[in-house]
Amino acid sequence: MAKARGAIEVDIEKCKGCELCIGSCPFHVISLEQHVNSKGYHYAYMGNPEACTGCTNCAVVCPDGVITVFRAKSEV
Amino acid sequence: MEVKEIIRQENMVYQRSSLLTSKPFSYCPGCGHGTSNRLVAEVIEELGIQNDTIGVAPVGCSVLIYDFIDIDFSQAPHGRAPAVATGIKRVLPEKVVFTYQGDGDLAAIGTSETIHACNRGENITIIFVNNGIYGMTGGQMAPTTLPGMKTSTSPYGREVATMGTPLKITEMIAHLDGVNFVSRQAVHTPAAVRKAKKAIRAAFECQINKKGLGFVEIVSNCNSGWKMTPVKANQWMEENMFPFYPLGDIKVDGKLVKTL
Repeated sequence: MAKARGAIEVDIEKCKGCELCIGSCPFHVISLEQHVNSKGYHYAYMGNPEACTGCTNCAVVCPDGVITVFRAKSEV
Repeated sequence: MEVKEIIRQENMVYQRSSLLTSKPFSYCPGCGHGTSNRLVAEVIEELGIQNDTIGVAPVGCSVLIYDFIDIDFSQAPHGRAPAVATGIKRVLPEKVVFTYQGDGDLAAIGTSETIHACNRGENITIIFVNNGIYGMTGGQMAPTTLPGMKTSTSPYGREVATMGTPLKITEMIAHLDGVNFVSRQAVHTPAAVRKAKKAIRAAFECQINKKGLGFVEIVSNCNSGWKMTPVKANQWMEENMFPFYPLGDIKVDGKLVKTL
């Protein structure tokens, strides 16, 4: 059966680590990286990439517009 | 399927609006202004009116919008954005003119300009971001501050007996005949953001179709002013702001759709 698989790309330098994307993700895909960007913010990354469906919730809620979402169908 | 195989241009389903400049938003982390700016940019891009749109930036955090959206902007003195927008629209009636104001600007110093522009039924769009505080100047009390809410100028909480009750300016202007569309939205969850975008689009379409003034209030947070983390501020907003500032359309097509 075809299953939607998604992935996000985060503009690390523009992310401010506000964590709104983490709460908006229905599949708990996103976490904050322990490293910081050049401004000193922990930035979002896909901690659990397998679970992402590309629903775009994180990108829609991101106040800094740093998330790009991709979605593809995979045959499982 | 590897992540690398998914991240391909042809699979892209959402990206930052191309109308936003490459400058990073200078708002605080988690601030609703960033989301609101993004929505305005997305709506202008989708309507294809970027060459014909003139924004009027006010004073306060919301002024920074002129750095982030790649369209023409003018800046107005504190509170006077609806008056400046009136002038621009009357001289250039074919342009789409909007103001983007905060509560300290629109509901305090600019109350008169706002009410009279709405009463005259100017064919402009007003986007009003209400976070119940003066954010840029250091978290002072605004007319929209909730009763009991602590700010730097009401350190024991807003006392209704001496400082009055919060001003529901959106409900006030909904009663004016010149106003065609009034809605109150929020941008703290994905569902709320999608609804807010629809409302902003409706307010711009109202102007394009020459129906009258479109007004959208966005109830937002001010993490720095409220002294909370972004996630906590959004929870606080749901629990305290929304009962006082209920979300939803208030006036559609010149008719009140909500009992006030």
